[in-house]
Amino acid sequence: MANPTNLKYTKEHEWVLLGDDNTATVGITAFAANALGEVVYVDLPKVGAATEFMKIFGEIESTKSVSELYSPLTGTVTEVNADLAGAPETVNADPFGAGWLIKVKFEQLPELLSSTEYDALVGE
Amino acid sequence: MKQTALHPEHVALGASFTDFGGWDMPVRYGNELAEHNAVRTSAGLFDISHMAEIFVTGTGAAEFLDAALVNPSSQIAIGKAKYSLICAEDGGVIDDLIVYRLAETEYLVVANAGNRFNVVEALQERVTAFADASVEDQSDAWALIALQGPQSASILASLTSADLDNLKYYAILPAVVGGIEVLIGRTGYTGEDGFELFTPVAHAREIWQLLLATGGTDVVPCGLACRDTLRLEAGMPLYGQELDRSHTPYEAGLGRVVRLDRETEFVGKAALAQASQNVTRKLVGLVGEGKRAARHGYAVYAVGSDTPVGEVTSGALSPTLGYPVAMAYVSTSVSLEPGTTLEVDIRGSRQPYQVVSTPFYKRTK
Repeated sequence: MANPTNLKYTKEHEWVLLGDDNTATVGITAFAANALGEVVYVDLPKVGAATEFMKIFGEIESTKSVSELYSPLTGTVTEVNADLAGAPETVNADPFGAGWLIKVKFEQLPELLSSTEYDALVGE
Repeated sequence: MKQTALHPEHVALGASFTDFGGWDMPVRYGNELAEHNAVRTSAGLFDISHMAEIFVTGTGAAEFLDAALVNPSSQIAIGKAKYSLICAEDGGVIDDLIVYRLAETEYLVVANAGNRFNVVEALQERVTAFADASVEDQSDAWALIALQGPQSASILASLTSADLDNLKYYAILPAVVGGIEVLIGRTGYTGEDGFELFTPVAHAREIWQLLLATGGTDVVPCGLACRDTLRLEAGMPLYGQELDRSHTPYEAGLGRVVRLDRETEFVGKAALAQASQNVTRKLVGLVGEGKRAARHGYAVYAVGSDTPVGEVTSGALSPTLGYPVAMAYVSTSVSLEPGTTLEVDIRGSRQPYQVVSTPFYKRTK
């Protein structure tokens, strides 16, 4: 699956979709979802929780492994994808869309990777 | 990394690969949960050619194996098989095995890929005391294909005139499948009915393609990821996780496999006799609530205690049951009766887990 050009990326395989008023949606890339295998559980923070750039904000488990989720932004969680509790496999099925993880209100945008840079990182 | 004869098939099917015991093996072809469910409800096809085939032959073969392994191979009827262990002098488990008796003087010993050379070396060392027995590692000549799941028998029956109805669990027979001579064992590592086809490597791809084509939508190729969750649900040990040199068969719950009640002096007998009287930890089944799986290496505690009493060997969110299941070695200083609640430290948070008897999943016949 191609990495959408309208998103920003991290080396930890999260993507960021910038919205209006310093808000952003965060998820994991198709590359990460595929490497994990079928996602069976996603542990996400509560609305209002603080996130910090490149600090752990949650966990994602497949049948084989568990991985930590690193926040691409310093800010506050404004929304979490509640649908994932009942259907964690959405992360595999639509990682760049319905499989989003959290929405964050941030103050300053850190330096993130472009899709071209992320393509190079994962060898696509 | 080594590749099996079926590697090109896996590449063509778009598999993801992983290193398993030095072999480049398919971990999944698509969705490992779908593969898992296919084996539980229909049929799955596995390449397990990485496993080792060791032939033991000669008029002294039975006597030799009786002395080399923990249970007596001389008592296996021709065409039948037995689960066995090969132990070191100190009682540590070198590997777990399936021993098939193909003829009066011919046995097929199947060992794990990662232990192939340890097992061959131990057998060759032990056979020197027996004049009329020989050990031959034929692993490179054989592919092994497992067809597992409730539809396996009907799929295979359409490809062979062999009498599968009378081929019981843990039995083996020579057969012709698609014009190719194979050995069919009714064995597996999934907790379902199924077969393992020992196939000459030159014909492995034909057999694989034939089984997939014949099974049609009833059979899916399955990788090692689902093989692990399937065997875990069935409460089957995996060497390197539940079994190793430092745990005795008695701790692993395999004491019934070790036949101390015979006159034969077999390797490890004295140490095993002692070990049978000195069990200070046991492999137990654990089930949890919620979705967070206890995984390999996580510490086990008595409720509210700060001192670990055990360690998880394997664990996953069970795809069939929907809750987390695990196996763990736990000290016998705490109650291990089914129903006892213990705690597992899951990355810093204590989760209650209940001791249960295994298997976690049992098929309805």
